Amino acid sequence: MKEIVNLPVSKIEEEEYHINMGPQHPSTHGVLRLLVSLQGEMVKSLKPHCGYIHRGIEKMCEKDTYPQVIHLTDRMDYLSAHINNHAVCLLVEKALEIEVPERVKYIRTIMDELTRIQSHQLWWSSFGMDLGGLTCFFYGLRDREMILDIWEETTGSRFLQSYNCPGGVMQDIHPNFQKKVHAFIKTFKKKIKDYDRLLSGNVIFENRSQGVGLLSKEDAISYGVTGPSGRGSGWSCDIRKVEPYSMYSQVHFNEVLRYECDTYARYMVRMQEMHESMNIIEQLIDNIPEGDHSAKMKAVIKLPAGEYFQRVESARGELGVYVVSDGNKTPYRMKFRTPSFTNLGVLDHISRGMKIADLVAIGASLDLVIPDIDR
Amino acid sequence: MDNETLKARILEIVPEAQLEENKQYLTLLVPAAKLHDLAIKMKDTPELAFDYLICLSGVDYGKQLAVVYHMNSILHKHMVVLKVKTDDRSDPAFDTVSDIWRTAEFHERETYDMFGIRFNNHPDLRRIFLEEDWKGYPLRKDYVDEVNIVEF
Repeated sequence: MKEIVNLPVSKIEEEEYHINMGPQHPSTHGVLRLLVSLQGEMVKSLKPHCGYIHRGIEKMCEKDTYPQVIHLTDRMDYLSAHINNHAVCLLVEKALEIEVPERVKYIRTIMDELTRIQSHQLWWSSFGMDLGGLTCFFYGLRDREMILDIWEETTGSRFLQSYNCPGGVMQDIHPNFQKKVHAFIKTFKKKIKDYDRLLSGNVIFENRSQGVGLLSKEDAISYGVTGPSGRGSGWSCDIRKVEPYSMYSQVHFNEVLRYECDTYARYMVRMQEMHESMNIIEQLIDNIPEGDHSAKMKAVIKLPAGEYFQRVESARGELGVYVVSDGNKTPYRMKFRTPSFTNLGVLDHISRGMKIADLVAIGASLDLVIPDIDR
Repeated sequence: MDNETLKARILEIVPEAQLEENKQYLTLLVPAAKLHDLAIKMKDTPELAFDYLICLSGVDYGKQLAVVYHMNSILHKHMVVLKVKTDDRSDPAFDTVSDIWRTAEFHERETYDMFGIRFNNHPDLRRIFLEEDWKGYPLRKDYVDEVNIVEF
């Protein structure tokens, strides 16, 4: 029998060893494997291994018509399904030079902001849970339910709506829509105070997140970390402000910026963004103009030959859609620049030198959605 | 900076660059050998200041393979699209820009995975989504999809 050697503690800490976090780890929120090199409890480096849920969406797009492509985009970042649809629709409309009715712009913008709120709600829930606060998960999902109910009534689907179509939206909003959105905002404005009471000012939470995972503004730009994560480093990267689309040029809202560059800053940006989203919805919801819910479109949509690029602000950051068209009804090449994919690139850089428990907090603050990485 | 001045400034650096027609953004086809130098100058020249690489995509144009760079200046808010092309389909290679924009590291790995385009001096060029032993490059137009996932 082999003798068991007890190494002195100091020797163990000098040794570097590797552990696999995932692909079935709860804090990766999906099938992502992180190969972490540790020295003691410190993260020395980290290699993400993606592709466990790679479905070849870009390849599939080359066989599908533009209205069909929209259904695939739902499945990338499922928490901002509506915004992904919006991006493809804007691109098609821009290529065909179609002006959509005002009513459509209002509906799309309201739906986008509802999407952003529910995405941030789920992020807040899982963030709390990752750090050991299970109550958050119940609070977040309870309030998110109201938005899902609104969607179910209007779009017929709770999660992957595919509600946008080139030229407009699939069907008009439900007569109860405005009433229910008002009810939601009234309720959520009270509930969000509980969120702050539970986490934002919590000493344990602050200790776990402040000064953890520092990302300077220069690095955020170089790594292309957009969305709330980039704005937590003081980079003003909101596409709603930079290249406004739909109603964003006509509503008043603040781009939330924080300059602490840490996990807590990224957390606070998202919390504040929920308020801003409610603010945008309140400006629009009572003024939805009458009219058609869709522009007149040809039965078969063919984009003129050429190359197009469309940027939108999804709940996680900048979503870019790049299309090369050869004039057919299917795209010749379609590429999605997804925010989670680029944000994942920075994880190694910002988690070096941190404790392994901090890695969970950093990962949660980047708000990665794995199907959005893999596509 | 408007597109005309931008074009003039880039043509100063690389006179061989060709203008491509695009309604949306200024698009320039650049010789592959000049790409890395141009990229450094575009980032470091204060009037250009292209500090944000939005997107790096591979495209298979049939005979040629291309890499398309969408880049943006946060300060000046202007945008430009650069393209490099190669006729070599058996072993296409370009210089990496991941030393200039760190985000390119992941995008280049993806392009390598899907198109088989190598990037010289890339720190860690491996497949990113598919397994190491996967044969072929799926997003190429001549890829034979044996398992019939997409064709129907």
